[in-house]
Amino acid sequence: MNIVVCLKQVPGTTEVKIDPQTNTLIRQGIENIINPFDTYAIEEGVRLREKHGGKVTVITMGPPQAEAALREAVSLGADAAVLLSDRAFAGADTWATAYTLSRAVAKLQPCDLIICGRQTIDGDTGQVGPEMAEMLQLPFIAYVSRIEEIADGKLRVRRMVEEGHEVMETTLPAVITVSKEINVPRLPSLRGIMKSKSAAIPVWGVRELEVDEKMVGLAGSSTQVIKVFFPQRVHQAEMLEGDLDTRVDTLIDRLRSARVC
Amino acid sequence: MEVNIDLAKCTGCGACVPACPFGLLEVVDDKVQLKEGCTLCGACVDACAFEALSLPAVMETGAAADDSRGVWVFAEQRRGVLKNVAYELLSRGRELADTLGTGLSAVCLGHEVRDVASLIAYGADKVYLVDSPDLADNQEDFLTHKMVAMVRELKPEIVIAGATALGRSFIPRVAAILNTGLTADCTGLDIDTGKRLLLQTRPTFGGNIMATIICPNKRPQMATVRPRVFKKAAPDAGRRGEIVKLDFRKEGVIARVKLLDSVDEVTETVKLEDADIIVSGGRGLGKAENFKLLAELADVLGAALGSSRAAVDEGWIPYSHQVGQTGKTVCPRLYIACGISGAIQHLAGMQTSDIIVAINDDPNAPIFQVATYGIVGDLFKVVPRLIEKLKNG
Repeated sequence: MNIVVCLKQVPGTTEVKIDPQTNTLIRQGIENIINPFDTYAIEEGVRLREKHGGKVTVITMGPPQAEAALREAVSLGADAAVLLSDRAFAGADTWATAYTLSRAVAKLQPCDLIICGRQTIDGDTGQVGPEMAEMLQLPFIAYVSRIEEIADGKLRVRRMVEEGHEVMETTLPAVITVSKEINVPRLPSLRGIMKSKSAAIPVWGVRELEVDEKMVGLAGSSTQVIKVFFPQRVHQAEMLEGDLDTRVDTLIDRLRSARVC
Repeated sequence: MEVNIDLAKCTGCGACVPACPFGLLEVVDDKVQLKEGCTLCGACVDACAFEALSLPAVMETGAAADDSRGVWVFAEQRRGVLKNVAYELLSRGRELADTLGTGLSAVCLGHEVRDVASLIAYGADKVYLVDSPDLADNQEDFLTHKMVAMVRELKPEIVIAGATALGRSFIPRVAAILNTGLTADCTGLDIDTGKRLLLQTRPTFGGNIMATIICPNKRPQMATVRPRVFKKAAPDAGRRGEIVKLDFRKEGVIARVKLLDSVDEVTETVKLEDADIIVSGGRGLGKAENFKLLAELADVLGAALGSSRAAVDEGWIPYSHQVGQTGKTVCPRLYIACGISGAIQHLAGMQTSDIIVAINDDPNAPIFQVATYGIVGDLFKVVPRLIEKLKNG
């Protein structure tokens, strides 16, 4: 089974705090990491290869330093990695990102399954997976929480929806996005770390992918960010004081006068 | 590509350095320098008082904004019942359409969907109703195909859909085929009337940064919005509107994904997204059994039970109860957060609630920054007392 896992290198921002004085992000000590949701995609790809044989190739689009994320993925069990990097790719929105990734997947044919994380923790859109699937004209299933079976060119999965879950079946090749419920990612193995150090990671740009510069990066993006700002929190809570009874009584008073209980 | 720096104008003041969300700017020898990785977000451009920073000019992509007119709302249904998010989007969509001086249409694809006329009561001038047994299960290949065909024929300028599991899955495919922009999980939608543009504001970086996004040259402008972000307006049963029935033919559409089974897992009696009151617990609960205490409070209040991601990760409560960036967005009249510190990802999912009560033993917990009323104290003392007094009074 040939599996491609798409990942993104993101700033490890979950610990980010706002400096209340300057209203800016405190960024000290923030390292770049593999998007946490993508680690489940890598793990699932590696597990499928262990079960069905084949090869896991990880790809990412990003600046040259994104190579570190690919090496980490190799240490986690990926067999091969390709970095999609070109100055022309910068400023891409989800459409242009999906297009660039789809061209890379097309170049990696034959390919049975493409796995992405459900979304990134920086952009938070979750759009690249489904957009890429459509550009590759492949079937797509989002929020997969369990792969139930792969047999006879078909894939059966469980996916999460608001109300619970659905069991879906599709033909392969296909694109899926996975949620964190699907597995517990392993730690890098010693062998993996050794392998990751020596892995040759080719870099594909506009020329290698044979794409039109107008379709990638900022030029290929239909959306534009016109303003970036920090959410304002000017709000002041009323802290209820006194002994336990007083505090609870005051709370019930406030809630009753607001007619919410 | 990266932000342009005019070194002649740069005074080395450093005002742009903290503005970069990616920490890529630094001042070296009184001039600003940019490290690799610029995403052209433009935050530094606004921060510079000397116009030394600018974004590169955008190349015209050809397919210019045309004579597309009208606002569309995708009216999602499940098993023949319209979802609340459809009404919420129609309520906001009505205001957008009025600002643009154009019509508002609801697009409903399904089979024997009940109460379609309610879409008119909530603001639609027109309901495009596509009824077919093939659409009953929301088969996404069919939905994608039909939406694309309808947009191409009827040319709306704006298409809005709920950022539900379904909307987030098939709407990007529609945008991919139409080669137009799509903005996910918007929390604000406004109109630039001069340019007839949809101003789409959304949180990124887990809610740390807000970005306003436009789609200047392509139509339609597409956006998804999470449930409960916009408020449902009061329905007007007397509103006049038109239901336009359209055909669906599956011939020629390859349906490759098949729904085999659909299992509802929501355990509580009140659905989280629709609840008026939510009692929510986090890591401060300490263990799974302690959710019983919150369930008791929820019971007294007629509330639904929510949780932070921490409690879900600990395995104390199923994911369907999770509120926040990767869980559900809720907007109840009352949200009671017990033992939740208030990570920004959690706040992103509940901070628009009308009244927020925070009970936490850490006075510095960020949850108090969004709370209406705060009680610093041991939740295992406060909550039982609250239950007792509510029961007796």
